Amino acid sequence: MSNDIVKFEVDGKPVEGRQGQMIMEVTDAIGVYIPRFCYHEKLSIAANCRMCLVEVDNAPKPLVACATPIGEGMKVFTRSPKAAAAQKATMEFLLINHPLDCPICDQGGECELQDLAMGYGRDVSRYTEKKRIVKDKDLGPLISTDMTRCIHCTRCVRFGEEIAGIQELGTIGRAEDMKISTYIEKSIDHELSGNIIDLCPVGALNNKPYRYSARAWEMEQHPTVSPHDCVGSNLFAHVLRGTVKRIVPRNNEAINETWISDRDRYSYEGIYSSDRMQSPRVKEGGQWHEISWEDALEKLAQTLRESNGEKVGILASPSVTIEEAHLLARIADYLGTANIDHRLRRRDFSDQGEDAQFPWLGCDIADIENCDAVLIAGSNIRKEAPILAHRLRKAAVGGAKVGFANSEVYDYYFKVAEYLAGRGLVEQLSGIAVAAAQGKKLTSAVTDLCKGVKADKQQKRMAKMLKDATHGLVLLGNIAGRHKAFSAVRALAASIASTTGTRLGFLSEGANSAGAHLAGVLPHRRSGGKTRDEDGLHAGEMLDADLHAVLLFGLEPDLDLTATEDAVKKLAEQRFVVAFSPYTSDALDDAADLQLPIGTFAETAGTFVNCEGRWQSFAGVAKPVGQARPGWKVLRVLGNLLEIEGFEYLSAADVCDELQELLGEVTPDNAYRRKKALRKPNGEDAPASDVDIPIYEVDAIVRRATALQLTPEAQRLRSTDP
Amino acid sequence: MATLNSLVKTFLLWELLQGLRVTLRNFFAEKVTIQYPEEKTPQSPRFRGLHALRRYPNGEERCIACKLCEAVCPALAITIESDTGPDGLRRTTRYDIDLFKCIYCGFCEEACPVDAIVETRIHEYHMETPGQNILTKDMLLAIGDKYEAMIAADKAADAAYL
Repeated sequence: MSNDIVKFEVDGKPVEGRQGQMIMEVTDAIGVYIPRFCYHEKLSIAANCRMCLVEVDNAPKPLVACATPIGEGMKVFTRSPKAAAAQKATMEFLLINHPLDCPICDQGGECELQDLAMGYGRDVSRYTEKKRIVKDKDLGPLISTDMTRCIHCTRCVRFGEEIAGIQELGTIGRAEDMKISTYIEKSIDHELSGNIIDLCPVGALNNKPYRYSARAWEMEQHPTVSPHDCVGSNLFAHVLRGTVKRIVPRNNEAINETWISDRDRYSYEGIYSSDRMQSPRVKEGGQWHEISWEDALEKLAQTLRESNGEKVGILASPSVTIEEAHLLARIADYLGTANIDHRLRRRDFSDQGEDAQFPWLGCDIADIENCDAVLIAGSNIRKEAPILAHRLRKAAVGGAKVGFANSEVYDYYFKVAEYLAGRGLVEQLSGIAVAAAQGKKLTSAVTDLCKGVKADKQQKRMAKMLKDATHGLVLLGNIAGRHKAFSAVRALAASIASTTGTRLGFLSEGANSAGAHLAGVLPHRRSGGKTRDEDGLHAGEMLDADLHAVLLFGLEPDLDLTATEDAVKKLAEQRFVVAFSPYTSDALDDAADLQLPIGTFAETAGTFVNCEGRWQSFAGVAKPVGQARPGWKVLRVLGNLLEIEGFEYLSAADVCDELQELLGEVTPDNAYRRKKALRKPNGEDAPASDVDIPIYEVDAIVRRATALQLTPEAQRLRSTDP
Repeated sequence: MATLNSLVKTFLLWELLQGLRVTLRNFFAEKVTIQYPEEKTPQSPRFRGLHALRRYPNGEERCIACKLCEAVCPALAITIESDTGPDGLRRTTRYDIDLFKCIYCGFCEEACPVDAIVETRIHEYHMETPGQNILTKDMLLAIGDKYEAMIAADKAADAAYL
C-alpha cells in the first residue's frame, strides 16, 4: 500500500487516508460508524451483505463503503437521506428470510443483526410471503447450527480459507437457494474453528455446549488467561452467579489477535466435571474419609515437621501459577530439600545445567509473522500451540519458508518448504547442522554428534534456507523437549541457530514453564536461575528414591508424569503422598494418602509467564467448587503452620510482587553455553510415538471437557487405545 | 337575639337532629359496603394478582426460557435457569418468583413473547411458613393449569384493547 495521502470528506468533515484504503477503514479509524455484516478487519473483503451502502458525490448509485477505495476530493455521506434509505432497504431485504426467534436464539442480546435492525431497520415488517427454511447441519460437538438464521455474510467461509487454511465451510447454490454447508457431511475439526461462532453476526453458528444455558445480558465478563499452552491467550470468562458459562477471546494484537483455540474456548466444561474434589480427603486404613481443611493441613504440616527435610519431594505441574511456584520453592527451601521439579514429561535430564535460565520463544509472538525462514523441530505445533501455528501460517502465506523436522508427518495448511520425517530427530538435526556449518567450524558441543554425518539433499536445502534468511528462527517444540536425547537435540538446534545466524526458541510445556523456571521449581537452580550447591532429585528419578513425603501439585500422576514409568505404583509405595489437585481420580486414590482440593485457573488469582516472557496476571473469576481453595492460599496457610517467616501474604499480588523484587530485571534468555562435546545418543534417537501428547489430553481440565472429548480428534484416539 | 336563638337550638338538640338527618337519608339510600369475603367487588380482566405459567392446549409448556421477564423485573423477583429440554427446545430448569419481592407491576406479563407468565386475578393467598413465598416452576404451572379457563377468558376480553 502506498503512503500517498488522500484528502476527502466524510459527512462534510475533511478526512485524510492513505491511497488504496477503503472508505470503511478510514471511517472506522475516525469513529464514524457504518453498519456492516460481511466486513471484518481480519478477513478479506466480500462486499456481499450490502449493508454499508453510503452516498458518494457524483456516483449515480450508493456505493459499498467496505469495497470502495477512497479518492482525492471524494465526498462521502454516511447518514444522508439517500444513504439511510439504501441501508434501510438492505435491512428489509436481509430480514425477509430471517426468522423472528430472537427470544430463543442464543445470539439474542449480542446480535449484530438485532442491533442494526434497531438502528437502521423499519419498525414493522411489510413482508407477508413465505420465509425460507434451511435444514440445520451437524457440524460436530462444538458448534451448533440454526441455518435458517444465516444472512450469507460468508465470514465463516472466509475464515476457513484465510485463517484456518482449510475450507471446511463453503457456499452451495445461488440467490434464494444459497446455503452455507460442508460439501459432504462432516464435522468442523480445525483447532481454531470455534472462532466462527464469534465471527457469525447472527445466531446461525453458535456455541454448542453453551446452548440455551444463559443470556448475554445476565452474565458478568471477567478477563482471564488461558492455562493450556505457553501462549497465554487472553480470554474473557462469562460468569453467571459464580459459574463460568462460556469463554470468548479478549483482543490482544500482541498475542492472540482476536482468535482463540477451541481448547481455550471449551475447556471450561472441565471446571464443572463430576470429578471435582469437594473437600479434603484422607486415607485411613485403606479407606478414604472427608476431613476438614484445618485437620488436613495440620496433618500435612505434622508429617512435614516429622520428615527429614531432605527426604521431601515436590512435583508441580508446569501450569501452576507463578505465585504457587514461588511458595512451593520457598517451602522447599525452608524444609531444606532440593527435590523439586516441574518438568514432568522430560526424559533426558543429563544436560540440565545447560537449561535456559528463562526459556522463551526466541522472538515475540507477533514477530513470528515477520520471519522469512523457520525450522520447527520436534513439534506438532498446530496441536501444541494453535495460536503460534496460526502466526506461522501467516508468515508462510506471506512468503516465509517453513520447514519441519519430526519423526512423524503432521498436516499443515500452507506450503511447507521442507518436511524431514521418518528418522530420529538427532539424525535429522545433525545433518542440517553439518550442512549449515559448511565452511565454518561446528560448535564444540556437537562435534561428536556430527562426526561422520553427511547431509542429504533435503537437509542441505533446509540449512541453505536458514542461512539465506535475514530473520530466521529455529524452534524446538514439546516433542523435542520429551525426546530421550533432548540434550543432543538442543545442542544441535543451538549449533544450527548459531552457524546460520538465526534465533533459537523453545515451546515450553504447560502455561507457565517459564514462570516455574524463574521461581526456582527446579532441582538444580533456585529462583532467578542461581545454581544450587547440590542438585536435588529431578522429576525422572524422584519417585525411585525412598522419600518421607511427596507433594504433588496440580497434576495427575497417571497422565501427567508420562516420562516416569509406573508412576502411580511408585507413589503408592512412598510413605506419604499428598496431592493438591482440583480433581480426584482412581489413580490419585491409589497413589496418595491425603488429597487437598485446589481451584482451577478460573477460581484462583495468579500470574502466568508466557513463551514471550510476558507476565500476565489475572483474578479469580468463578466461585470455587465445593471446598476447593486457591492453591496459593493453601500453601500460604501451610507455610504459617510450618511457622516459616515472612509468609503473611494477603493476596496473590503480594506473592508475585515479592518474587518480582527478588528477581529484579529479568529478560528472556535462551543462550546455550556448553563447550564440552556431547556423546552420540545410543538407540535413544528412535522415533517414539508416546512423546506426542494429543491436543485434548494436555492437562486435567481439558481431559474432562466433555465437548472437546467428543470431537473426532479425541474420539480417534479413544478408538485406537488398546 | 342571637343569644336567644342559640339557647333554643341548644335545648331542642337542633344540631343533633341535623346530623341524624344524614343518618336517616343514608338509612334508606342504596348500600355500597361489601360483605367480604361473602361478597366481592368486580375485577378487571387486567387485574394483576398471583402469577401463573401457562401451557398450550396440547399440554406443551409455553415458556421458552428467553429470560425477558427476569431482565425486565424491577424488583429482581424472578430467577430462571435454562437448558436444552427433553424435547430439544429451549426450556427452563428453574423458574422461581419471590412473592415478597414482587411488586405486581405486570412487566413480566408484558415482556413475555409467548404469553407464558401471566398475573391471574387471584389475590387471596397466604403463606404460613418461611420459604412459601417462593413460587417454583411446578407450582406456577399448577396454578396455570387450574385457572387456565379464567386466564384464557381474561386474555380474550382484553385482546381488543391491546
